[in-house]
Amino acid sequence: MEKFDKLTGVAAPLNLINIDTDMIIPKQFLKTIKRSGLGVHLFDEMRYDDDGQEIADFVLNKPQYRDAKILVAGDNFGCGSSREHAPWAIADFGIRCVIAPSFADIFYNNCFKNGILPIALPQDQVDLLMDDAARGANAILEIDLEAQTIKGPDGGTISFEIDPFRKHCLLNGLDEVGLTLQQEDKITQFEAARENAQPWL
Amino acid sequence: MTTPRTLYDKIWDAHVVVPQEDGASVIYIDRHLVHEVTSPQAFEGLRDAGRKVRRPEATLAVADHNVPTTDRAHGIADDESRIQVETLEQNCKDFGVEYLDMSDIRQGIVHVTGPEQGFTLPGATIVCGDSHTSTHGAFGALAFGIGTSEVEHVLATQTLVAAKSKNMRVNVTGDLPLGVTAKDLALAIIGEIGTAGGTGYVIEYAGDTIEKLSMEGRMTLCNLTIEGGARSGLIAPDQKTFDYVQGRPRAPKAGQWETAVKIWSGLYSDPDAHFDREITLKAEEIAPQVTWGTSPENVLPITGVVPNPADVADANRRAAMERALQYMGIEAGAPLTSLKVDRVFIGSCTNGRIEDLRAAAAIAKGRKVASHVGAMVVPGSGLVKEQAEAEGLDKIFIEAGFEWREPGCSMCLAMNADKLKPGERCASTSNRNFEGRQGRGGRTHLVSPGMAVAAAVSGHLADVRDYQ
Repeated sequence: MEKFDKLTGVAAPLNLINIDTDMIIPKQFLKTIKRSGLGVHLFDEMRYDDDGQEIADFVLNKPQYRDAKILVAGDNFGCGSSREHAPWAIADFGIRCVIAPSFADIFYNNCFKNGILPIALPQDQVDLLMDDAARGANAILEIDLEAQTIKGPDGGTISFEIDPFRKHCLLNGLDEVGLTLQQEDKITQFEAARENAQPWL
Repeated sequence: MTTPRTLYDKIWDAHVVVPQEDGASVIYIDRHLVHEVTSPQAFEGLRDAGRKVRRPEATLAVADHNVPTTDRAHGIADDESRIQVETLEQNCKDFGVEYLDMSDIRQGIVHVTGPEQGFTLPGATIVCGDSHTSTHGAFGALAFGIGTSEVEHVLATQTLVAAKSKNMRVNVTGDLPLGVTAKDLALAIIGEIGTAGGTGYVIEYAGDTIEKLSMEGRMTLCNLTIEGGARSGLIAPDQKTFDYVQGRPRAPKAGQWETAVKIWSGLYSDPDAHFDREITLKAEEIAPQVTWGTSPENVLPITGVVPNPADVADANRRAAMERALQYMGIEAGAPLTSLKVDRVFIGSCTNGRIEDLRAAAAIAKGRKVASHVGAMVVPGSGLVKEQAEAEGLDKIFIEAGFEWREPGCSMCLAMNADKLKPGERCASTSNRNFEGRQGRGGRTHLVSPGMAVAAAVSGHLADVRDYQ
């Protein structure tokens, strides 16, 4: 997994609540057997018309946001399905950080497996960042995971919370399967006890 | 004296392999369901790292999202869908996982097949790369959806690294009125707590209404838990649960059965257990529900009218409502029963089980689908289909003008050929009314199976109580 330590870039505002995984990546793109190449389909139904042409006023189609690295969005971002295609599409587009008042649990979890930092902040702070993002290419945000801070274009700094284990894994780009397998003896012990007590499992 | 524990606490404690102070414990996963959409990249990851599946016998695979619901004699016409299903079959072969193919009578939607096979058991931890894994909580199993990276993690280690959720209890008391089902109850709860109301929680459903629900009703309720934001719903197992499980192919056999029931009988929340949040609903106050917008929380009794954004104080919520009304092509103040439907879909992991089809057939019997409506019934599994046909339900549906299809996820998410055209309005027994969910531009109204039939025969959203 790609490490995440610092990120500096343009933030795109998408001020909608309940942005669901069907909006992020519609089902017709889930037929792939690869993880890569989904960025072009990110927000497909909002981003392209019925003929596949870009819809000019969708935020990621505007010139100043085409290289956005950060997304600022409304409450309950990523609700809906467990599809990891959602964070794959976001990362493949080039967005490495999503800021919102809250996230759906499965999506939130999936971000950390893909080098994306989801930051949950109180609504008033998200509103400030949404205003910053609305200023386009002039509004660069600086995110420092180690320090747990977001620096806005006017020099103001916002702190954010993150689970220490997830932070550690993101900072170091750790392979979680590899980490768990270091505990294999404990898994084996657990299985032996379980086989004894509940052999039907 | 030991601290009183919730049902969730008990199942969690029994599965901690490596406890961690900071919250992210290693927990053991007893059962893993796999389907074709969220697994190919997980198997690829195993292959790339030279890893194997730790316990192939704890995993069961079935193709459901991409399968056609029409004649399957010639396989899957769509290349990408076919490749995805073939990839699952090959991966199962390579890694020694049991796979139920399209021609197997047991094939069906993964959340219908698991319980049918006795793969779903009380007290177990069950995961699947699918958010509606919450369904299995109906058995008192801790069941939740995971992403593909976690699918790979479970395949390789039979564990997950997870932080414990908070405890919420939803108490429901009294009798559900005639025509009001577990689906209506679930939608009413989501209407009450909101689509993010359960985020960060595991929800236990309790109260005499829940005890009176059938296992299938409990599955419908737990299935929709994720639409209220909670990854898992739970119901304490009881005699009804044990009776459902006993004798199924993968249930504990004689000799082990008594021990299993003894352990499962301890799966309940202790009287003084702490819940971080608790709400109570009265069953008799719930009417048949229908969603009007593009989030499951946009729900009202069928007797209601389309709400007015001007009545909403919060600017973000008002904007979302305006967007939803525009997308749905409806006007504030219109009675919900005035909305004409073009299509009706009966099926899905929410409402594709035999009781759902019985409830739908009871309303359809002797009636005809309105001439402008295209209606289909898609059983949740081959076994559901077989049972329905044995009871003659297929004939009732066909006689009434419904299409009778092969099992799969079908138009719940429209990954196969079953989808809405832009602008089409559908009364659907599925679980999500998101923009584009049933096809680009499609407009979904979530309802119970009986309500879906009432819409089909009247040609508009309708109150099932008028058709009893």
